[in-house]
Amino acid sequence: MRKAIALGLAAIFLIAAAGVSAFVGAADLSPLNVAAALAGKIPFVHLHSGLSQIDSAVLFQIRLPRIVAGALVGGLLAITGAGYQGVFRNPLVDSGMLGASAGAGLGATIAIVYLGGLGPDVVPVAAFLGSLAGVGVAALAGVIGTGRGPQSGAATLLLAGVAVGLFLTAAQTYVLQQSTQVIQQVYQWLLGSLAGASWQQVTEILPYSAVSTLVILVHARQLDVLSLGDEEARALGIRPTVVRATVIAACALAAASAVAISGLVGFVGIIVPHVARRIAGPSYTIVLPLSMLGGAGFLMLADTLARTVVAPSELPIGVVTALVGSPAFIWVLRGTRAVGT
Amino acid sequence: MIRVSDLTVTLDRAPVLHGVSFEAVTGGWLSLIGPNGAGKSTALRAIAGLLRYAGTVVLDGMDLRSLRARARARAIAYVPQEPLLPPDMTAGDYVMLGRTPHLGYLGMPGGRDCLAADDAMRQLDVARFSQRRLGHLSGGERQRIVLARALATEPSVLLLDEPTSMLDIGHQQQVLELVDGLRRSTGLTVVSTLHDLTVAGQYADALVLLSDGRVAAAGPPPAVLTEDLIGRVYGANVQVRTGPDGRPVVSPVRKGTASL
Repeated sequence: MRKAIALGLAAIFLIAAAGVSAFVGAADLSPLNVAAALAGKIPFVHLHSGLSQIDSAVLFQIRLPRIVAGALVGGLLAITGAGYQGVFRNPLVDSGMLGASAGAGLGATIAIVYLGGLGPDVVPVAAFLGSLAGVGVAALAGVIGTGRGPQSGAATLLLAGVAVGLFLTAAQTYVLQQSTQVIQQVYQWLLGSLAGASWQQVTEILPYSAVSTLVILVHARQLDVLSLGDEEARALGIRPTVVRATVIAACALAAASAVAISGLVGFVGIIVPHVARRIAGPSYTIVLPLSMLGGAGFLMLADTLARTVVAPSELPIGVVTALVGSPAFIWVLRGTRAVGT
Repeated sequence: MIRVSDLTVTLDRAPVLHGVSFEAVTGGWLSLIGPNGAGKSTALRAIAGLLRYAGTVVLDGMDLRSLRARARARAIAYVPQEPLLPPDMTAGDYVMLGRTPHLGYLGMPGGRDCLAADDAMRQLDVARFSQRRLGHLSGGERQRIVLARALATEPSVLLLDEPTSMLDIGHQQQVLELVDGLRRSTGLTVVSTLHDLTVAGQYADALVLLSDGRVAAAGPPPAVLTEDLIGRVYGANVQVRTGPDGRPVVSPVRKGTASL
């Protein structure tokens, strides 16, 4: 019952966040007209919005794809964070773990520095591939690093991820240092932005997002079983290594999809699942869907702030989530210690 | 009936069990006893399928090696000495995890699973805790919830590793009486490890005394709990008397001390 209420509230939050994001922006569109224009897109509803052709283009070609991209990225980052937290039994693990963010950063930097001539579309592709490669290398390092101890598998993988992340970040810094003329472009990407979001980007990333999200969601019960520890999970007939590998692969794909649209956006993957847990308890059958809805709404609102606070220029969305996220992270740490004592 | 034959386990290249054999009859309670490091917990974990082993474990004529992990988990429930209890999980959700072996890889619990979980919670008198968080339960309540999770699996064998080590004497008795009642009423076979020899002799109807990974003695409690055997295997000075129930009572005795 509590779970159903929580999901209902999250859905209302998502719709409200979408509404706020659609109504607020640099172009001064009247909320009434926006609502009418949106309603007019519903089949069999014929409404005249009163928006000019330019306003209509702003709404449907700039603002809406950006809102949808924000929802997609936020949902992906939050569910990935929650998924990793289940896999590693650690509430402080984020979607950028296991070399995902560092790999994306290196990929994007290489693309900007060396492949700039191939056009702007190469950066998201390089970030996507870099993110997947980062997780792949970290997973390989984790498997090599895990000796015979079955219990230490998850911890070793996490540590290997930290090491690989540091390595890739160092490589990225080196590449960047060699070509300081693109530093601003690289930093703009590293701090995250939805300014370039388009319908094309959204549709390109949608299949990866859908598959990865589905795989993570259907493993919710397995993640609950993993919370009893590997040995008890095995005694219950579950193979922790298979569950872990499957969910990590899906999370890597989801995080790579998000990073391809928005660049690096931190903290969503930590804060949102944490709040979901506080509201609805620790079961992943509720934490995963709730995080997805909450993350989508949260990032839409964060992006609305990013594009309006200093309009007509913009704040990087990674800065907005970090400004909200850092204090929240400290709150997470406090809460965790209280549970431990 | 569960028959363990020639069970041999090597952990980190060190042999822990050397050809251990014993049988637990259906509806019976067999307890493994022995000094620290004798291999009691290792034997339970091997039977639960958590360790590689040589030898065979046969349950009602089926070699457990031939079973898939889920089928084995449906037949045998394992309760470790210190189960990991996620502090924010509700007791009801925790007990429901005991149904895992009955669900498909991506299956969700249905009505049949809820019935089994409710039944297990009722048997252990913990139904009223179902919405409480595990972190808020007392030691005795926790141990009953853990047992309820094991029973929710509806196993034919229950493996208990030191089920009472964290409990005071009153809660020890309460938990052991519950287990005893269950095996008598449902035909559940119990295989446990117990370090308290008197308690082991009171509840189990068969004891297997392990020493350095080998069976030093096996049989009904009066045959195993003798001053001579305990002295040799544990290096302990004890006195064994016969209690009011006819079962042995093992008391430690200090050498050469004056009485009060």
